[in-house]
Amino acid sequence: MTILAFILAGTLAAATPLLLAALGELIAERAGVLNLGLEGMMALGAAVGFVVAYTTHSHVLGFAAASVAGIALSLVFATLALGFMANQVAAGLAIGVLGLGLSSLIGKPLESQTLDAPGKLAIPVLADLPVIGPLFEQDVVVYLTFGLAVVIWAVLNHSKLGLIIRAVGENPHAARAIGFRVLRIRLAAVAFGGAMAGMAGAYASTIYTPLWADGMIAGRGWIAVALVVFGTWAAGRIVFGALLFGALSLGGLIAQAAGVALPSQLLASLPYAVTIVMLAVISSNRRRMRLNTVASLGQPFAG
Amino acid sequence: MKITFERRAALSRRVLFAAPLIALGLTMLTSLILFAALGKPAGQALYSLLLEPFVGWYNISEVLLKMGPLMLIAQGLAIGFRANVFNIGAEGQLIIGALCASALPVYFPEGSSPLMLPAMIALGAVGGAAWAAIAAGLRVRFNANEILVTLMLTLIATQVLNYLLLGPWKDPHGFNFPQSVIFPDAALLPILLSGTRVNISVLAALLVSALAYVMMRHRFSGYQLLVGGLAPRAARYAGFTEARAVWVSLLLGGLMAGLAGACEVAGPLGQLQRSVSTGYGYSAIIVAYLGGLNPLGIVVSAFLMAALFIGGDNAMVSADLPVAAVFVFQGLLLVFYLGSLTFIRHRVILNWAGRA
Repeated sequence: MTILAFILAGTLAAATPLLLAALGELIAERAGVLNLGLEGMMALGAAVGFVVAYTTHSHVLGFAAASVAGIALSLVFATLALGFMANQVAAGLAIGVLGLGLSSLIGKPLESQTLDAPGKLAIPVLADLPVIGPLFEQDVVVYLTFGLAVVIWAVLNHSKLGLIIRAVGENPHAARAIGFRVLRIRLAAVAFGGAMAGMAGAYASTIYTPLWADGMIAGRGWIAVALVVFGTWAAGRIVFGALLFGALSLGGLIAQAAGVALPSQLLASLPYAVTIVMLAVISSNRRRMRLNTVASLGQPFAG
Repeated sequence: MKITFERRAALSRRVLFAAPLIALGLTMLTSLILFAALGKPAGQALYSLLLEPFVGWYNISEVLLKMGPLMLIAQGLAIGFRANVFNIGAEGQLIIGALCASALPVYFPEGSSPLMLPAMIALGAVGGAAWAAIAAGLRVRFNANEILVTLMLTLIATQVLNYLLLGPWKDPHGFNFPQSVIFPDAALLPILLSGTRVNISVLAALLVSALAYVMMRHRFSGYQLLVGGLAPRAARYAGFTEARAVWVSLLLGGLMAGLAGACEVAGPLGQLQRSVSTGYGYSAIIVAYLGGLNPLGIVVSAFLMAALFIGGDNAMVSADLPVAAVFVFQGLLLVFYLGSLTFIRHRVILNWAGRA
């Protein structure tokens, strides 16, 4: 494989955990709930997914366990933020710290252990195309994730369920007045976000870099939170953002291909710096932000 | 059955103490179960975490040493949290403060001027404030969310620290360890209690706490900040701007964190090392909340959190707990605190007749 092919293929894989987590957060935020605990839920999912996949030799079980762990942690958040009407920012930070701590605790016995990554699945014909062929030789989770993005876009914009979720996020009082159980719908949205974040973590630890190292999520949960803002709460734009960050995280390889020698710390900082710049560029369009922001985002609702 | 929460009209002083105490109790109980489930000696672990920090003069002095930076940073953060400005990047501001303060002894390792230490402290404070100012500027000018920006700036600050310690600032005689030269005496804070590592920075932290109390209680600026955060529209009518709240909150938060960073390198570390970033900036968020965002409450919660850090170190040795257990404990504390706060702020009404 040439270096270009390697970067093309790698971008999709690197974007996958970001996209999984961001799509889950998108649903929670469209329902009006800001869950800042993504980093912790991903870290917990990564540890649980790795331990289960390591002991059972099954990636499927690893992903299942990781999504259960993500849901469990998101339910702690939901209890505080929805049940007890606590400040959503503080509640998100709390489960973030808790998730990171549990992640190190659970992963500790398997520090530096490795797993076999599952094989790649080449799509016939497409994978043989020149230049862009490598894009179609990925593990199955990559295809599923990008497929899911399409499903989520369709559900949010073209289905009754999507309409209900959006109604609850835009105007919970009106939604309740016409008979929707606002808190139940929000609870389901938060739990979905937890499952997605857990699986995002499992993808990072069992497929993308199948090796357990404490702190391996390294800010990717926060980048996923930022992606939802960049995408101004639309699935399509979030996919675009995830691909951009997937490519950025391969910055080292790209720089090497271009023959530039830069300190590794500079390259490691690149995705974070770009996050800040993009955030400023996109948020500065205040009118567009006001049009797209979920109206009741972060506000507690007394059921 | 239907449960509703009705907001209590008046809050008693009990809140300040009841919620953290309930949270501490529930956290202990949960950890006991968790440690037992992990096959660790749970009783021993809890003894190490909660009681051992207060046994013996040495342990107590170490608690005082850790309390300083936690208190300093939490006081700064609480100002912002009260105004609904969420600076969660104090860890990065601490790192940049430590870097700026270290620049002097790194470039003048033989320096003996009595001005060195004050200059380092000032550089640290300015550095921390400047790092936070990036977030304030972006929020005010470009509407960029300060939560995400301050966090990203922390991740970048960590990389800057690594770059300097592995490259230009690495001690040439340091056996290739990622650390700077050892600072000269002129760059070190005076020891407060002889025979311990406690330096005068803990007094500075107490002084800052007193100032924060006066500012919140008796100064108009504290009131403005509170209103700006709670009711931005009302604040605008009254002539206070949200932009001002953002600038003041982030600059003060960054200043305190930078100061704490400077005091770490000029205090217990005596050089710039990676371990300058041990999570004080994150823990201080929890300290600020547990203290009820109240300057006096924060003094108490900083002391408790410092004891937890020392207890965690002890538990690692005596009960074979990993470092991460402390973060689990901290996370549980905040979770239970936020939960119990609801029960104290609201009257719980049980309606057995069903939906009504």
